[in-house]
Amino acid sequence: MGAFFAEYGSILWAGTLETLYMTLVSAFFAYVLGLPMGVVLTITKPGSIAPAPRFNAVFGWVVNILRSLPFIILMFFIIPFTRALVGTSIGATAALVPLTLSAAPFIARMVEQSLEEIDHGVLEAAQCMGATKWQIVTRVLLVESVPSLLRGLSISLITILGYTAITGSVGAGGLGNIAFRYGYQRYQTTVMYATVVLLILLVCIIQILFDRLARRADKRNR
Amino acid sequence: MALIEIQHLTKVFGTGADRVTALEDVSLRVEDGDIFGIIGMSGAGKSTLLRCLSMLEKPTSGQIVLDGSDLAAMNGAQLRAERRKMGVVFQGYNLLMQKTVAENAAFPLKLEKGFDKAAVAARVDELLELVGLADKAGAYPAQLSGGQKQRVAIARALATKPEILLCDEPTSALDPLTTKAMLALLADINRKLGVTILIITHELSVVRRICGRVAVICDGRVAETGTVSQVFENPRSEVTRLLLSEKEA
Ligand SMILES: Nc1ncnc2c1ncn2[C@@H]1O[C@H](COP(=O)(O)OP(=O)(O)OP(=O)(O)O)[C@@H](O)[C@H]1O
Ligand SMILES: [Mg+2]
Repeated sequence: MGAFFAEYGSILWAGTLETLYMTLVSAFFAYVLGLPMGVVLTITKPGSIAPAPRFNAVFGWVVNILRSLPFIILMFFIIPFTRALVGTSIGATAALVPLTLSAAPFIARMVEQSLEEIDHGVLEAAQCMGATKWQIVTRVLLVESVPSLLRGLSISLITILGYTAITGSVGAGGLGNIAFRYGYQRYQTTVMYATVVLLILLVCIIQILFDRLARRADKRNR
Repeated sequence: MALIEIQHLTKVFGTGADRVTALEDVSLRVEDGDIFGIIGMSGAGKSTLLRCLSMLEKPTSGQIVLDGSDLAAMNGAQLRAERRKMGVVFQGYNLLMQKTVAENAAFPLKLEKGFDKAAVAARVDELLELVGLADKAGAYPAQLSGGQKQRVAIARALATKPEILLCDEPTSALDPLTTKAMLALLADINRKLGVTILIITHELSVVRRICGRVAVICDGRVAETGTVSQVFENPRSEVTRLLLSEKEA
């Protein structure tokens, strides 16, 4: 055990940090894109505060098509774009581009689901008080749905974490890359098991942390 | 002078086979300072009327004249400004569940650009004092009873010092004792602040207790209107007689 950690500890630690880096940074950018998309999907529905049924239907289709693209295909498909954006198509930073792009439409749907939970009557009340659409979005929709958005965030993080393992197999670094290099290419299964344990730990930590945050944030149940 | 004058208001939902005429040629005058009741059976069109008054539904035709200007013809910023002259108390309260009582009451005040923090805090204290919830300022709606939630909704609706308070079934979810207290509060607000109040209800006793004038509506039309004593002592319409007999039964 001690010998194992002496030999691989620093590699595994660096891999964990790299996985976290890819997950958190791409989640951030994916939310920058996905959150407004989710808001737009919600408020342009018929009967909502900025109804635009045709646009909503088209936009909904676009989001669905983007979502149905398998991650690994998207990753190869956008290599020229990735190169143009970050100068290279390999390494952890390059992996941020496909990770962000594939998570964004997924996050848009998660956000949409969270916002839908809010009673339409509350939005109407805000309308009656003379709130603008922007005020309704920023002060009612996004505030009332915070607990649900936090739960969505934990699901998104775990999903992105899973994607980072795939980028690892094509040289993007992180725990996935370690598992691939040692477990698949050199048959050192102990190292691979160690990465699996670390990934499971990361998932559990994210889950527990955000469950707790969401429960703390929710003022409906106390 | 009439504060609100509804003229030939018609509201049609849907088209073709799904067409429902919820309101048909409704005309009403609500005088400044009055407590006006609108009573009718389920499905008569009461909520639709309130939703038209608060411009949540655009009337199909007709006018809603508040203070001399027609709401039905307004849009955008003009409508938003006009809406601040009306306070709406919804049947389901529609409070912000993630905000405290004080934050709920402050919500409409904070919509104004460059609001004064201290002035908002002072106004909120005043409002919560008025509705008897000063000790619940930091509580969340989930921690309140139905009657208390209703009081928060009233405080919030009064925040912008509206000229008229529109209440949809303000007592339908409350027990008799709480109902009494709620009606006393509304009467108090009317007297102290001079706010005109329009109450929608299906309960005769509510109208009897606090309304000055009443309109009885049935199938989207005004069956009759007048002072409460006129209408209830000499009912001229079938619906009114039905409402009265139901009470005795
Ligand atoms: N959005 C809508 N689309 C279609 N029909 C509607 C809509 N809103 C109301 N209606 C119809 O209009 C009529 C009047 O409804 P309304 O809700 O105003 O009645 P109400 O008097 O408030 O009844 P209640 O006492 O049961 O609340 C009903 O026939 C109802 O089905
Ligand atoms: Mg109703």
